[in-house]
Amino acid sequence: MNQQSVDAGWEVVIGLEIHAQLATRSKIFSSSPTAYGAAPNSQANLVDLGYPGVLPVLNREAVRMAVKFGLATGSTIARRSVFARKNYFYPDLPKGYQISQYELPIVAKGTLDILLEDGSIKTIGITRAHLEEDAGKSTHEGLGAASGIDLNRAGTPLLEIVSEPDLRGAKEAVAYLKKIHTLVRYLEICDGNMQEGSFRCDANVSVRRFGAELGTRCEIKNVNSFRYVEKAINYEVVRQIDVLEGGGKIVQETRLYDSAKDETRPMRSKEEANDYRYFPDPDLLPVELAEDFIETVRATLPELPDEKADRFCSAYGLSRYDALVLTSGRDLADYYESVVRAAGGIPAAKLAANWVMGDFSGALNRDNLEVATARVSTDLLAGLLARIQDDTISGKIAKEVFESMWADGASADAVIEAKGLKQITDTGAIEAAIEAVMAANPGQLAEYRSGKDRLFGFFVGQTMKATAGKANPAQLNDLLKRMLAP
Amino acid sequence: MSLHTLSVAELSAGLARKDYSAVELTQHFLDRISLSNPVLNAYVTITAERALADARAADASRAAGTAGVLTGIPVAQKDIFCTDGIRTTCGSRMLDNFVAPYDSTVVERLSAAGTVLLGKTNMDEFAMGSSNETSWYGPVRNPWDHSKVPGGSSGGSAAVVAARLAPVATGTDTGGSIRQPAALVGISGIKPTYGRVSRYGMIAFASSLDQAGIMAPSAADCALFLQTIAGFDPRDSTSVDRPVADYAAELTTPVKGLRIGIVKEFFERGLEGPTGALVNAVLEQYRALGAELVEVSCPSLPLSVPTYYVVAPAECSSNLSRFDGVRFGHRCENPRDLMDLYKRSRGEGFGAEVKRRIMTGTYVLSAGYYDAYYLKAQKVRSLITAEFKAAFTKVDLLIGPTSPTPAFDLGAKVDDPITMYLNDIYTIGANLAGLPAMSIPCGFDGHLPVGVQLIGPHFGESRLLSAAHAYQSVTDFHRRIPAAYV
Amino acid sequence: MYKATCMIVKAFSPLPVPIMSLTRPQVEGIAHLARLQITEAELPVYVDSLSKILSFVEQLSAVDTGSVEPMAHPLEGESQRLRADDATETDRREKYQANAPSVSGALYIVPRVIE
Repeated sequence: MNQQSVDAGWEVVIGLEIHAQLATRSKIFSSSPTAYGAAPNSQANLVDLGYPGVLPVLNREAVRMAVKFGLATGSTIARRSVFARKNYFYPDLPKGYQISQYELPIVAKGTLDILLEDGSIKTIGITRAHLEEDAGKSTHEGLGAASGIDLNRAGTPLLEIVSEPDLRGAKEAVAYLKKIHTLVRYLEICDGNMQEGSFRCDANVSVRRFGAELGTRCEIKNVNSFRYVEKAINYEVVRQIDVLEGGGKIVQETRLYDSAKDETRPMRSKEEANDYRYFPDPDLLPVELAEDFIETVRATLPELPDEKADRFCSAYGLSRYDALVLTSGRDLADYYESVVRAAGGIPAAKLAANWVMGDFSGALNRDNLEVATARVSTDLLAGLLARIQDDTISGKIAKEVFESMWADGASADAVIEAKGLKQITDTGAIEAAIEAVMAANPGQLAEYRSGKDRLFGFFVGQTMKATAGKANPAQLNDLLKRMLAP
Repeated sequence: MSLHTLSVAELSAGLARKDYSAVELTQHFLDRISLSNPVLNAYVTITAERALADARAADASRAAGTAGVLTGIPVAQKDIFCTDGIRTTCGSRMLDNFVAPYDSTVVERLSAAGTVLLGKTNMDEFAMGSSNETSWYGPVRNPWDHSKVPGGSSGGSAAVVAARLAPVATGTDTGGSIRQPAALVGISGIKPTYGRVSRYGMIAFASSLDQAGIMAPSAADCALFLQTIAGFDPRDSTSVDRPVADYAAELTTPVKGLRIGIVKEFFERGLEGPTGALVNAVLEQYRALGAELVEVSCPSLPLSVPTYYVVAPAECSSNLSRFDGVRFGHRCENPRDLMDLYKRSRGEGFGAEVKRRIMTGTYVLSAGYYDAYYLKAQKVRSLITAEFKAAFTKVDLLIGPTSPTPAFDLGAKVDDPITMYLNDIYTIGANLAGLPAMSIPCGFDGHLPVGVQLIGPHFGESRLLSAAHAYQSVTDFHRRIPAAYV
Repeated sequence: MYKATCMIVKAFSPLPVPIMSLTRPQVEGIAHLARLQITEAELPVYVDSLSKILSFVEQLSAVDTGSVEPMAHPLEGESQRLRADDATETDRREKYQANAPSVSGALYIVPRVIE
């Protein structure tokens, strides 16, 4: 929350509507493929195009995915839900109506816990989640006074997740958004790709004096990154407070966030309030879910992010923060656990955590890779950790080894061998190196012995250099202390 | 022997015996069409080349020994059924240039059975009308009296069959659009149970009411064709997965002991004159055949017309939103902007009755009116349906008139929508309840045909057809042909 | 014949028929929602016919529907069939776009959509 606004006595009230594209192979009401990036209108069949005479048939997988989400959020799964038509005219909406759910959504009344900055946990209400079809896309590039419509996306299944207006600031909103993002990927119902538009967020923002009635809200549409969501909300909050403090009224409207200018502005096409004339779609029958259907879906639920984080804390002795980072993605969490197993279990847990969160994740980000396409497998990483644990190499050298492993796909042992990076643990060899350094630096030696303690680091550095970094740091320290002593 | 006076069964036998070829039979009908269609205006598109190609294929199939019962039988398709590669207009300027890129299920099944497509028949625009006067292609004339209407919306199909410009035609019935024209031109017409025949490819008017059906001289003809088009279709979510009875085989089920319900509300004041007398004669005929006539009451039936005129326009206002000048259909010239594109394309493409119904539907679904109109109407619909169900616990079939009057003058009722709507007074109830119903000819009021209506319980097509067949076995009204077309 | 119809109207309208009157702005509003262009000349005709139709259906308001459930469709006891998640459709863009009034670069062209 914006500290200024809190100080000024303003409470920020936010509700998020998230549209998650479900990762089905075919569309929600037709058997067209859903793959992203196809040539324009190559994945739009007669049903998607809203041709005269065509009819919708519901995709079982979309239903399963919605139920999965409902179960994972402790929601009520409607045993009977109904599809309704949302009627409005827009070129990317071929039928002139969107098939959605209105009065009887498939999922309702769930919750999701988020971790606040101060470390406390807040429960956010999920009002409902319902199934609907996505619209197509319009483009204006090079078309002058015209627009071009691509209906490939029309008919892709969406799960619209609506939160209660329980969020009290941009940070909470982003925390909730990220949690949902993590959850839908854990459940494998959505790939969460915000750039490609498979995970979209609209924010309903209003402000009020503490204790007052809810203020008029504005909807900020289609913000496509966590960062922009935060910035857009922050801008909007300030805008609304400015208006109200200036004696004005908030106009209920839909606004777009302009990331270049870091501001929100009204959307022209949605200016007039639309009367959607919802009514149950007569081409579809009520969806009735049997108990065993729901139980079958329940059996496919993975360990959920919170459960996994809790388990990581207790089983691996990790801090809450570390556990949350490692469980932010199911792939990463699975990778971590495999590494721990392969590296000998609990004793390796903390070391593995540092490496997976640090160098491993760093390399993935740098090379823009996913865990699935990582260049160091769990076994290989475990092998590297084993060499650190058995003092074959120091932690610092291990970083160098890791980079080679990543680049060449080699094992730790192979790299250590090839580059001769074995740590020097032979006391005699280290002593010899120290002696050589002492002999080569008599001046510093004298100064150290006469009291300049900080020169200790110099000798550490010189000896490390002389041993090409391979001296065991702990041993080096001990021996230096002894040998440098007057 | 005039081929056009033969029944489907007789034609099938004749083809099997090779008394004539499918090509000869087809040419016979094509010649009659050339002669009479300019006056009747019953066909919008005559598919002569396709017909002859179908006929040649039928003859080849017969030579190869793979012919079925319907192989080589010519059929006319109401221009509401999409026919791949063939113009499908729905009687509207909106689709004047529309060449369907796929076959509707009804067309697919009849083609697969080896029938020959003679052409697409004229109809009230988008199936909205009871006189075939709202078509963009001009009114259809009643073959019994060219100054009179043939009824609607399947007026073209009705006229085609009555004038024997095809042995059989398909129709659709949303509020009586098969039965009422059948009565006005003296033929048989059946609307099956809702969900019995697939709506895939049938341009939608009111989705919860529309059903495809058959129009032919006799119940026996209808049985053969209904059997072929009926049955589950996975492309239609409202299609019922239930086996199709052998209607033809069950035609001769005797009527003795059958309990036929006389619907009190159909016979109350107003049914006077020749229509009343003729319908009463039918009751006597059924008594003579051994049926038991019982009075039943459906007190909410008088509300069926206002109920229909809330529900049907509501659904059609949404179904017709896809006609926006973007992907197919009529587009206005030089649209100034998007709003202009929509308003002018739709304003020009749709006729007055269609616009009236779209606006009625838009109004009854709009914010603040939904509960009072649409929801209320759907509740009354439940009442009507429940009353029919209760009646069917006491009787096997219901009987009543089909149309309040015989065919009226062209232009007589065009100005007053309500008067026109009341033509469907007897037929609408069956659509609201999804019940199968048929009309069969039962005599003449002067020179104009009169029909009687039978209504069955859900999936009671067999009972309907056999009862109709029993009546037609002892009467010959279904064999009468207007003098000009003998 | 017309007389017979009138008698049937009476028979079928036992409840009093209230008069519903729409105003011009209301009809203009409906036409706008439905994206239908109505000319100045046509407007009064539609005001009249729509008012008549709504007056006619107004009789439903007097019906006691108590606790009756609204009927969305006649298939009682049937529920929505679920389809297997198979992407079986192939690219038939050219065939489907043959009917399009304006296509360029495989896109459907419309006047500029303003965001």
